[in-house]
Amino acid sequence: VFSLSDTVLDTGYLRNALRDQGCGAFIAFEGWVRDHNDGQQVLRLEYEAYSALAEKEGLAIIREAVDRFPVRQASCVHRIGELGLGDLAVWVGVSAPHRDEAFLACRYIIDEVKHRVPIWKKEYYLNGDSGWANCEACGQA
Amino acid sequence: MKKTLHLKYFAILRDHAGKGSEDIESDSQTASDLYNELRQLYQFPETGAMKVAVNDEFKGWDYELDDGDLVVFIPPVAGG
Repeated sequence: VFSLSDTVLDTGYLRNALRDQGCGAFIAFEGWVRDHNDGQQVLRLEYEAYSALAEKEGLAIIREAVDRFPVRQASCVHRIGELGLGDLAVWVGVSAPHRDEAFLACRYIIDEVKHRVPIWKKEYYLNGDSGWANCEACGQA
Repeated sequence: MKKTLHLKYFAILRDHAGKGSEDIESDSQTASDLYNELRQLYQFPETGAMKVAVNDEFKGWDYELDDGDLVVFIPPVAGG
């Protein structure tokens, strides 16, 4: 399952949804809002998504992970909207019979989500500026 | 012949266009032509790391536009 959420994530609920008696391992990754990026002090963030394509691409990534690594269940939820420092921005969970494949699948999902899913992050800095992450060269027309 | 195209703008492109969506009448043949047309209007950045999606699927820049297509240009993503 891949989804976008505009409210705080309930990690206990997300984790329980992956419970499986055939699984001896559960791995979760949490991405948190950090107070700095590229030498700038960050105060808060705003995530924006192209929902229809983000959900489609996110689900494709989950399916790839389940196919490629023998894991039983995997899910990822990404926040959209305004987030403060320390807030949970993205959660990935994987359950598998054994830990090796769970670690690999979890890593695969978060890496692919960051590269492929149409979600954008606007950072608001201490100095009053703001900017779209990964889009430093985009400002020039 | 002019086509009616539905456009959605996200992130930096929304900032440049000053709106999140619009419908336009266009002579552009391909996604690339359309982007160039919009660049004239809104000072969009060069295609560089941009991608394009039509009707909620990633497509190539040479995609031939059809009347009624939903076109979204995708700036570098930054989830996670």
